[in-house]
Amino acid sequence: MSSAVTPAEPARLPRVLRAVGGRLVAIASVLLGAATLAFAGLKLLPGDPVATLLGPQTTASPAVRAQIRSDYGFDDPVISQYLHYLGELLHGRLGESYQLQQPVSALIAEQFGSTFELAMSALVLAVVIATVSALATAGRRSALRSALGAWELVAVSTPSFWLGIVLLTVFSFRLQWFPVAGTEGVQTLVLPAVTLALPIAGVLAQVLREGLEKALAEPFVVTARARGLGRGAVRVRHAFRHAAIPLLTLSGWLTGTLLGGTVLVEKVFARPGIGALTLQSVNTKDMPVVMGVVLLAALVFVLISQLTDVLYAVIDPRLRKG
Amino acid sequence: MTGTAATEPLLVVDGLDVAFPGREPVVRDVSFTLARGECLAVVGESGSGKSVTARTLVGLTGGGARVSARRLAFAGTDLTALSEARWRALRGRRIGLVLQDALVSLDPLRTVGAEVAEALRTHAVVPRDRVGERVLELLEDVGIPDPARRARQYPHQLSGGLRQRALIASALAGGPELLLADEPTTALDVTVQAQVLALLGRLKEQGTAVLLISHDLAAVAELADRIAVMYAGEIVEQGPTERVLAEPEHSYTRALLAAVPSGRAKGSRLSGPVGPTRAPVPAAPPVGAVLLEVAGIGKHFRAPDGTRHDAVRDVSFELRAGETLGVVGESGSGKTTAARIVLGWERPDAGAVRFRDAPWSELPESARRPSRGRIQAVQQDPLGSFDPRYPVARILGEAVAAAGLPGGRWRATRAAHRARVAELLDLVGLSTDLLDRRPRDMSGGQRQRVAIARALAPSPELIVCDEPVSALDVSIQAQILDLLADLRAELGLALLFISHDLGVIRHVSDRILVMKDGRVVESGDAERVFTRPEAPYTRELLAAVPRPIATVGAVADPAAQAADPHARGGRVLSGGAAP
Amino acid sequence: MTATPTADKRRVRIRRRPAPRASVVVALVVLVLFALIGLAPGLFTGTSPIETDPLAALRGPGAEHWFGTDQLGRDVFARVLHGARPSLLLGLGATVFALVGGTLWGLLSALGGRAADQVCMRLADIMLSLPELLLALFVVTLLGRGTVDVMVAVAIAAMPGYARLVRAEALVVRRSGYVEAAAGLGLRRPVLIVRHVLPNAIGPLLVLGTVGFGTSLIYASGLSFLGLGAQPPSPEWGAMLSEGRGFLETAWWIGVFPGAAVTCAVIAVNVAGRHARTRFAGGTAR
Repeated sequence: MSSAVTPAEPARLPRVLRAVGGRLVAIASVLLGAATLAFAGLKLLPGDPVATLLGPQTTASPAVRAQIRSDYGFDDPVISQYLHYLGELLHGRLGESYQLQQPVSALIAEQFGSTFELAMSALVLAVVIATVSALATAGRRSALRSALGAWELVAVSTPSFWLGIVLLTVFSFRLQWFPVAGTEGVQTLVLPAVTLALPIAGVLAQVLREGLEKALAEPFVVTARARGLGRGAVRVRHAFRHAAIPLLTLSGWLTGTLLGGTVLVEKVFARPGIGALTLQSVNTKDMPVVMGVVLLAALVFVLISQLTDVLYAVIDPRLRKG
Repeated sequence: MTGTAATEPLLVVDGLDVAFPGREPVVRDVSFTLARGECLAVVGESGSGKSVTARTLVGLTGGGARVSARRLAFAGTDLTALSEARWRALRGRRIGLVLQDALVSLDPLRTVGAEVAEALRTHAVVPRDRVGERVLELLEDVGIPDPARRARQYPHQLSGGLRQRALIASALAGGPELLLADEPTTALDVTVQAQVLALLGRLKEQGTAVLLISHDLAAVAELADRIAVMYAGEIVEQGPTERVLAEPEHSYTRALLAAVPSGRAKGSRLSGPVGPTRAPVPAAPPVGAVLLEVAGIGKHFRAPDGTRHDAVRDVSFELRAGETLGVVGESGSGKTTAARIVLGWERPDAGAVRFRDAPWSELPESARRPSRGRIQAVQQDPLGSFDPRYPVARILGEAVAAAGLPGGRWRATRAAHRARVAELLDLVGLSTDLLDRRPRDMSGGQRQRVAIARALAPSPELIVCDEPVSALDVSIQAQILDLLADLRAELGLALLFISHDLGVIRHVSDRILVMKDGRVVESGDAERVFTRPEAPYTRELLAAVPRPIATVGAVADPAAQAADPHARGGRVLSGGAAP
Repeated sequence: MTATPTADKRRVRIRRRPAPRASVVVALVVLVLFALIGLAPGLFTGTSPIETDPLAALRGPGAEHWFGTDQLGRDVFARVLHGARPSLLLGLGATVFALVGGTLWGLLSALGGRAADQVCMRLADIMLSLPELLLALFVVTLLGRGTVDVMVAVAIAAMPGYARLVRAEALVVRRSGYVEAAAGLGLRRPVLIVRHVLPNAIGPLLVLGTVGFGTSLIYASGLSFLGLGAQPPSPEWGAMLSEGRGFLETAWWIGVFPGAAVTCAVIAVNVAGRHARTRFAGGTAR
């Protein structure tokens, strides 16, 4: 490749606009896809939606049933139901729960805080544990390294719901350090956050260390050392940025694991939250709520993956365009 | 200690041994000295221990290596017992290191300027507020135009030559007295290589001691005052450059020198023992009718950002049966794209290729398929061209099965198949012991032989060789070039031979095509192009080729070579280059 | 860096296969043991996993009941052993289903032309934008609860990931030097696909599938734990864990032992999978 000359920038603003526009299109297309998938799920749901809506022990008359059918638009052609649904989505309305007779968006908003708190504390915890574990051991052969390696393997392989049960047994029931359930105070957050964080920390630590070791084996590390840089400085100034790149590729997986993990962890610790709401809705076949959660997850995923793309370019100049 | 420092050369290496745990020593009893303003070239093939030696001199041998020496001293300081802190004070400040390929030897995530500045800051070479200024001066000193802009760019945004200069600038930032250059020009095109060597030459004149490490005798000969030849961890010969080149004492040095294609008369053998025992390469087959007709082909690609890149523009040539046409050019000159068009892997945008006086490039794939066997290919990296699951037997077996047996024996028995595979192996000088081997368990030379054997399976009339020896050490390169010459003579093959290496091209070609930026800038008889180049670019290319060997190494004596015990098809190839 | 290839014919670097480490041997032994237990739990325990004994309820681990007894007096050890078959079959079935589906999906995408590729990959993108567990929950909502439904749900959730990998591998292989070389010998497209593209594209998938088996085990038992898969009194590990959740204060062993069984199986699978990855990584040289 010949030397790339940075072109003068006559059209900087339009380029930024184009980039932002492109991202918005990407976000919209994934959301549209998820909405379509969710809608298809709703239509594929076996059984009469009215029966689901009314619950098993109902004695509603045929007239009432017919009324409900037309209220919910169940009799309209599928395509117009689909367009109606998309139109409602555009206005931020996710529909109404079959079981709880409340707007789905309100139900989700109500539970969001608790789950967000759990996911964020788990994320921070996982990143801290992984960074310490990886930086301490990358490129060294020692007993510490094999011990931490074994720990990571166990962490990665342990189902969070079992880990939660063990932690509950030991720290709540035996030692009584933490409350068994509840949402009040930091005390109640510790065990759920640890439960959610440990398997994630195991994976992050492995990937981070692999990245660091790969970076430390690159010729530019020899060049930097030959310049007089010490081992530590090479790790911090050169290798760490390289190791961060594979970590970024995990962001999608990370989002999914955090969101999916809350379902199990909230069940184990009997915490309220989006996960508990989802589980309840799955159990009662409350499709609008499940659809709402699916859309929320897709939105979170797509926002994070767009952010990741931007971060890639910030860290790695080779990925910048032009 | 202080007494010796005054009289002793800048660098003294005496009896250096380096070993990695659980393996044979990689450096054994290596001794040399280097004075200020002097250049010593350490030459050897991959694995000879030369790079390990260089890294040991900056205390970065790595891998838990055991280093011991009778004396290892830099400017009177004993290096064998240096603390890490004192090493760090030396590294970058008094000893600089330049590695091959700046694309990976400079941190790709940091700007070139930041890399140079790091060396300045680490040793506080200049006051903090002068760092930016000094970076630009350094970049300018190594011949980088417009340093202010370049300093803000990343390694991947610079051309190979500029990148390598920037790497040298970062090594020079501390003003070192000793510069270790490990293959500093290996990844570069010849013209750029010449510029970088000239830069190192200027440093030497300014009083820097340069330890130049290379696999390429020709490249270092001009710069080096003395040459040390390494083989298998030992220095087998050492002396002033002229003496080593003119009267090599050690057989390995002689083999190295002889293996350089530009140093040998065309038609002479490159591999095998030097001296009167070498057989001449059999005479080339008589050149026949026009086999391949390339008329005005062009091909362009679109970069992801929409810009048009013309890889090949209006290229025309002919190739006759039994003839070898060499295509030479630097990277990006379009030679590989032209080859892929000839092979029918790319469709030209303009022009057409005719083969055996019939359409070729215009045919749909289904119509071309039956004749594909007539044009075969040998790539630079054969490993990628073998199914990784296949052992040699299956690789060749598939080729034989696809081609049928020569002479129209289509319905072949298993035994006939196996006999044909063995015949192919014999043609390329490999033993049938290798049949169960997978390509990744073979050496580079063996792989290339298997690739050639596969190409021969359908009894082709033309083989397109795209840089077939570029990835090989020079002695293996010599064997493969000899093999191709033998096969050509024996089977009457035509070769389209692509290389960036002028010496190789000159050695193999009857006619030559010089390409630059997708165009043919010169074509003609090989000897004519080399002796009386017409195009300015060809002259520039030729001028950039390191010369000394061409004048020293040509010792071919056809009369003496007549009696060669290895003459049987010329296929007993030297394993005997080793001392 | 070891042997110089100068003596081309004689000295050859032979890549030595890394000797399996002790951990890998242990993992394989554990896997074989689990398989045996799954095939014939009666060989290892004579106690019935479903027979209740109210008089012996909630006994702690001891000589008589190694893992204790549950609230109905059933022997937890026997239940864990008898739980191996449904639990492992659930994970294995989901993995196999996901691998087969993902392979077909990926090959269709890579070799089926532009339109098929677009449809296949957009669908994969959308499904990959959802957390695997949530996607599985979504499918369970559609299918209803039960062992087979959970298996299908877990498989569908894992499928798009495999599909993408197969597509990427198939594309790489299709453009690789050896497929080109084989085409240069005049081989036809279907022959190329069956002989070179498919086997080489599938190698990395099988390695990933080993690790994927561990993940499927976790998700399948997780769904059972959520009460969506195997239903009591069936001795499935996830379902047992779910039952045990209610007795943590008085009888931790009811939940802890089945969970430990899942964890052991997953650790063994992961160790084996990682070994497979390092061992076969070189096999896909490009």
